[in-house]
Amino acid sequence: MWLRNLLFLSLVGGGGIALGVNLMPPREIQPLTTYDTELYRSDDFRATVDRVNTSFQNEWQTANVRPADPASDLLVARRLAFGLMGTVPSLEEIRQFESLPPEERIPWWIDHILADRRYDDYFAERLARSFVGTEDGPFIFFRRRRMVSWLSDELAKNRPYDDLVRELIAGEGLWTDKPATNFVSVTAQPDKGNAPDPVRLAGRVTRAFLGLRLDCAQCHNHPFAAWKQSDFEGFSAFFGQTHVGFTGIYDGTGEYEPEDRKTQAKKLVLPKVPFNAELLPEHGSRRQQLAQWVTHPKNPYFARATVNRVWALLVGRPLVDPVDNLETDGPMPPALQILADDFTAHGFDLRRLIRVIANTRVYGLDSAADHDTSEAEEKAWAIFPLSRLRPEQVAGGVAQAASVTTLNAETHILRRLVHQGAQNEFVTRYGDTGEDEFDGRGGTIPQRLLMMNGKLVRERIEAGPFTATQRINWLAPNDARAVEIAYLAALSRRPTPEEAAHFEAALTDKEIKRVQRIEDLFWALLNSTEFSWNH
Amino acid sequence: MEPLSHRDLFHAIRGGQAATPTRRTFLRAAGLAGATWLTPVGHLLARASEQAGEGSGPAQSVIMLWLQGGPSQLETFDPHPGTRIAAGTGAVDTALKGVQLATGLEHLAAEMQSVSLIRSMVSKEGDHERGTYTMKTGFRPDPTVVHPSIGAICCHELAAAGTDIPRHVSILPGQWPARGGYLGDKFDAFRTDDPAGPVPDTSSLLSAKRDDQRLKNLDVVESAFAKGRQKRVDATLHRDTVAGARKMMSSEQLKAFDVSNEPLALRRAYGETAFGRGCLAARRLIEVGVRCVEVTLSGWDTHANNHAAHTNQLKILDPAFAALLRDLRERGLLDRTLVLCAGEFGRTPTVNAVGGRDHWPTGFSLALAGGGVRGGQVIGATDPEGQKTEPTNPVTVGDLHATVLTALGIEHDKVNQTPIGRTVKFSEGKPIAALVKGNT
Repeated sequence: MWLRNLLFLSLVGGGGIALGVNLMPPREIQPLTTYDTELYRSDDFRATVDRVNTSFQNEWQTANVRPADPASDLLVARRLAFGLMGTVPSLEEIRQFESLPPEERIPWWIDHILADRRYDDYFAERLARSFVGTEDGPFIFFRRRRMVSWLSDELAKNRPYDDLVRELIAGEGLWTDKPATNFVSVTAQPDKGNAPDPVRLAGRVTRAFLGLRLDCAQCHNHPFAAWKQSDFEGFSAFFGQTHVGFTGIYDGTGEYEPEDRKTQAKKLVLPKVPFNAELLPEHGSRRQQLAQWVTHPKNPYFARATVNRVWALLVGRPLVDPVDNLETDGPMPPALQILADDFTAHGFDLRRLIRVIANTRVYGLDSAADHDTSEAEEKAWAIFPLSRLRPEQVAGGVAQAASVTTLNAETHILRRLVHQGAQNEFVTRYGDTGEDEFDGRGGTIPQRLLMMNGKLVRERIEAGPFTATQRINWLAPNDARAVEIAYLAALSRRPTPEEAAHFEAALTDKEIKRVQRIEDLFWALLNSTEFSWNH
Repeated sequence: MEPLSHRDLFHAIRGGQAATPTRRTFLRAAGLAGATWLTPVGHLLARASEQAGEGSGPAQSVIMLWLQGGPSQLETFDPHPGTRIAAGTGAVDTALKGVQLATGLEHLAAEMQSVSLIRSMVSKEGDHERGTYTMKTGFRPDPTVVHPSIGAICCHELAAAGTDIPRHVSILPGQWPARGGYLGDKFDAFRTDDPAGPVPDTSSLLSAKRDDQRLKNLDVVESAFAKGRQKRVDATLHRDTVAGARKMMSSEQLKAFDVSNEPLALRRAYGETAFGRGCLAARRLIEVGVRCVEVTLSGWDTHANNHAAHTNQLKILDPAFAALLRDLRERGLLDRTLVLCAGEFGRTPTVNAVGGRDHWPTGFSLALAGGGVRGGQVIGATDPEGQKTEPTNPVTVGDLHATVLTALGIEHDKVNQTPIGRTVKFSEGKPIAALVKGNT
């Protein structure tokens, strides 16, 4: 019996020491993963980053704005964590990050994230929104989760993006077996024998992969650009031979014969691309031809659309707004073309694109400045924009902030399930922003109520054996360190002197239990503008 | 509280009126007016309507009784007793001569002088999600735009009038509560469950001392972040939504959600069900200036055992609907409250092998009553033999929305810009002449 007691005690003690290491690391803590130093130093990598930087500098000069100073590297790490994994860096990760020499921190952090399953899963979900939206779609013909997990696997392999998109557009087979075909099957029309809808497919392809809103030309000729209604119909016709059968999505025969919107008369429409017809291959099914044309290195829109979306996912705001409409009246920032050229030249490598963007000067700018800043600075990218976080990012951030250890794929399955359940409930109540993820709208009152009084936040900050509040209460040697740890865990920064003074004084209040005072500190951190807005 | 409430921009977000009186001044004014705590808008509106002459103005609010799942027209508002398609369902006479309702709607039958029926609704969507979207927004789902629901349009178009709580509420929200669409998330319905329980997330459950400490803490964190970002942080409106949420938490109007103060007899009249309580809460919410309340009753998707299931559903719907109409009328609210009772589609005239009826979007029924619409009308008819798929005098979902918006005094074909610059009307349809007040 005593042996068992001893074992139990040593387990508890061991756990305590392990936690203590996270909270108060010894000096020699080492990061667990490495990064590819060569890649970041290579000439053509530096050259692209420099060209992007120069293009923005020119823009600042023209707009006569002064750029902000560089942000702290912890703040950049926080942006990357939100953009690529939908959460904040854990205290554990911050300790590893800070143990590195300053110039190695960001490259290490990017590669650390890209090697983590959380990146694959999160980025897959974000991309899937542009491919198939957020709806559940037709019950039997659409398996959204299958599609997202397939996408996640492909991202883990870093499959060239053009190749991936070709499979989405032209894939054949059953949606359960070949998850890419969900891109087509989501448009199954129950009232038309479940045939995929060429109109919706054409709209999706043009928006998601070309950044063009050809579907606005579905009902009328486009007000700005040269698209005509016939262009859209011709584009839709590439899906005119796509059918659903026992073997899933396949290409057969038939012609595209849409009804005229006014006369209801059927008319034959042949496939036709709206520009660069010379890029269209002569062989293959109509969908294969279209897929080749869309992803052709010489099709100027494919790379631009992808760059604009990845930039938006990382920064919170697209280079050209809205994200799926490159044909707006405004000028196109030169950086978009530089990044698109690099993306094309390097085989549509998403990870390289992410690394390049993350290393640009704009990405590393502070979101605060000593001088008076306003929209003009944000517009010229002379200061890092403030953008509202998505519900999953807020939920992911709350969960991670309230745990000192990293919540990743290795975290115990039970804890992850609990986390998932709570997160889904939270996202539902918070209100999913759906596909239109980069709209500039502010938050809502129900969202604030949910954050201030809701279950997720309450349970995460209430004192319990696994919560950061109780751990900090037990293990932080003094109030000053307790406050610092809370700030690092929730906001990825250290408190300002004013903040430190306020909270250290607040923690000495004898009328309230210390752990509750730490809860009240966490509550304030999680309810701040700083927590809910990427900055 | 002090640091948060010193600059009250809440109303600026909501509707832009200047100098909104605080709750206390409101209460004081209400006290002078001899009213109870349920003060602000009710009385403002009552006064306005008195001046305009009783019952002549447009409706000010909407209560939507949402029957999720697709109720059968034959077992509700469009019975064909004695026919093959009735499959045994009987009918009751109503206060309206020559108009019958299905057996089980006896309470509503007595209120029919205020109610109009549309028996010829036609929609193009036979799927629950798409059908719900269509009925709530007036448009079929469209990949390039999300349309706002009636409640969202109401809140967008009609003045805020000093309401501290959300003006668009969904009680027992179900799977697809009303959304703000292109008008913005802030027009989404505020979702809350059975009024027997508390309104979610509106209480911190903490001592005043800790509550106060938290707000002081928040101020410290906020001022640190605002340094070097002041203008742009202000533009996020984050602090204003916090202030709005705090205001809501301390608002007397929150009590409108709590039906336990109502007399027992009235609560019994509505029926002691979640839906009944929801309808009663809806009336209370309308009184404090809420523009649109959606109360959902699920369980109408009767692919099997249609008759038994409908009998049970009507036991919940009938007393609640009838009591709501009576209650509104007795309080002088019916003339300015439009009540709409509908589901996403109807059910097939033919009964299937397992005693169920399947989805039927052509020729289904709904009921409307109260403000801005004429009572006692029956629009359209369906084939008693169930042979014809097209009803006589068909009403499209667009027509319904045009009618409802007109009843609310909103320009039904007002053109709006979506965030992507597309122009969309509030509704594509024509108001039904026989239903719109002022038309003869």
